[in-house]
Amino acid sequence: MKQLLSFIRKEFNHILRDKPTIMILLLMPVIQILLFGFALSTEVKNTNVVILVPKADNEIRHIIDRVNASDYFDIVGFVHNADEIENAFRRGDAKLAMIFENNFSENLKRNGKAHIQLIADASDANTAKTFTFYATSIINSSQKDFSLQNNANGMILPEIKMLYNPQMKSAFNFVPGVLGMIMMLICAMMTSVSIVREKEMGTMEILLVSPMHPIYIILSKITPYLLLSLVNFGTVILLSVFVLHVPIVGSFFSLLMISVLFIFVALSMGLFISTVTNSQLIALLISGMGMMLPATLLSGMIYPIENMPVLLQILSDLVPARWYIIAVKDIMIKGLSFSDVLHEALVLTAMAIFFITISLKKFKVRLE
Amino acid sequence: MIDVKNLYKNYYPNDSGKFAGIGKPGIKKNESVLSEDTGISFNVSEAELFGLIGPDGAGKTTIFRILTTLILPDKGIATLGGLDVVNDYKEIRKKVGYMPGRFSLYQDLTVLENLEFFATVFNTTIKENYDLIKDIYVQIEPFKNRRAGKLSGGMKQKLALCCALIHKPEILFLDEPTTGVDPVSRKEFWGMLQKLKTQGITILVSTPYMDEAALCDRIALIQNGNFLNIDTPENIVKQFNRDLWSVKSNQMHHLLTDLRTFDSIDSSFAFGDSIHFTVKHKKDFSKSEFESLLLAGGHNKVEIRKINPGIEDCFMELSKKTDL
Repeated sequence: MKQLLSFIRKEFNHILRDKPTIMILLLMPVIQILLFGFALSTEVKNTNVVILVPKADNEIRHIIDRVNASDYFDIVGFVHNADEIENAFRRGDAKLAMIFENNFSENLKRNGKAHIQLIADASDANTAKTFTFYATSIINSSQKDFSLQNNANGMILPEIKMLYNPQMKSAFNFVPGVLGMIMMLICAMMTSVSIVREKEMGTMEILLVSPMHPIYIILSKITPYLLLSLVNFGTVILLSVFVLHVPIVGSFFSLLMISVLFIFVALSMGLFISTVTNSQLIALLISGMGMMLPATLLSGMIYPIENMPVLLQILSDLVPARWYIIAVKDIMIKGLSFSDVLHEALVLTAMAIFFITISLKKFKVRLE
Repeated sequence: MIDVKNLYKNYYPNDSGKFAGIGKPGIKKNESVLSEDTGISFNVSEAELFGLIGPDGAGKTTIFRILTTLILPDKGIATLGGLDVVNDYKEIRKKVGYMPGRFSLYQDLTVLENLEFFATVFNTTIKENYDLIKDIYVQIEPFKNRRAGKLSGGMKQKLALCCALIHKPEILFLDEPTTGVDPVSRKEFWGMLQKLKTQGITILVSTPYMDEAALCDRIALIQNGNFLNIDTPENIVKQFNRDLWSVKSNQMHHLLTDLRTFDSIDSSFAFGDSIHFTVKHKKDFSKSEFESLLLAGGHNKVEIRKINPGIEDCFMELSKKTDL
């Protein structure tokens, strides 16, 4: 026991004395949460719009006012012909052009039907889709206003309710993702590097030629990173609750439980990496490419898993972060209880057991 | 204390034809050394200071790693105090102290922290065995709060020796402890080893420096994974039963190539600022005649002396005679 404690203290000394690394490890979650929260928002706001109006009247003004009033659009100018629209797109001044047909109001009143053409810069397809959707819904709601004025009936008016995330904040999606990513990074990457460093520095030779049980080496390597991950978990949760206003609807204890479970999976993966390589660089590459990339790209954090080809969907089943993110969303945002995420918890437990078993089997009591 | 019999290790797997390791078979060995066909054999008695002397890549570290249970031999048996290095590795790891060739302590921990850490790893305390390391530790004590990475080369080795000794091992393995250490520290270091020997600790030490060989009780000269000779340093020197000459001139650069054109000269090697050579037949060689030939060949300030051989001369001679 004394051996183990002394070993753990030594590990803390290594970590705390490496100032740049500890700073990165502690600040990374803060920076990532703030970046995703404010800079890398997937919400589309302030799209530049140009408008072509043959002859302004009340109806057109009504629509333009609504467009202007929304957060999504900035009207940057009025144009008079198709050439000017094209120029605006080419110069990048506008992402969307709104063209009212001739006699818009008359047609609307007389036929109950009038046309507005929307031209979008679709070089970024997703964004274009999003803001044309916004524009369409503004036009639709204006139409509703007109029909109410004219007492027309027989219209179907859908009422949409956004469950769990009424304000459609993207933070609800990325907070679980960032949690998964950071824990993967710190646990898998740092644990593997710190064990492999002993091999690379030659200190593993001395540790092996000692009466100490190899399990102590493993335990003392993972303890500091377990604690560090819990600190980061706290940081992320505090930031998302108080800065991004993402509430914890479910129980905090369940959230903590599933997170500790996920940390164990990540630690065991780090352990596994350290048993298959002898160089810090390779350990970094494996954990970077092999763990971090799937944790961000295949976990459903950025790209919805349902949109992926079947092969990638199957692959994503193997990514622990995917299961963790689902569980965190269920607990934190939907407010489900731990028993509702039992499936995810079992998958994570199985993964942890798998990696710990083969790591212990592969852990070498000799140099070769 | 250490018994090694027919030890063989090839790093190339499964007899692929290539060989790198120790105990390469099928080698015509010096008749005075080993009778066995394959592998290397030697033994070290209790409280003996045994040296493995040989150039880089000779296989010294391989022998250390097998004996410290870090790697497995392909063939052969090695026991330490009756414990087998393959089967009883757990027991052996409690009893030996190992100082690897490369400085292998934690550079970001202080001197004291390193020592304390290794003491607890071996289930002991600094206090318990302080008398054993006292002589060495007092020299590094002024720097006890300095990080190990910031110590000088000699200080690092002293710290590493302290760490290897802290649990009072029965056998101490020191793999090139003085490589990269200044001459004064090297001398001190060997002084310490002599003291440790008097405490009953068996020491196996390796070094590429031939001048350190004379400080061991017995030495094994090793090259290309095989032993050239095992004996006391005195006996090894005695076995050099030929005349050895040393020559210097103002054109050392050409001297060696010129020497090799002389038919009467058997072998010649550069030794620091002079060249050592032996002659084929004593009676065919006259010092004055040789000197005048060199002078005629354009050399000046020629100095020729008959000298007593050292370990290095013996090593060169043996490695030439033995087909390795």
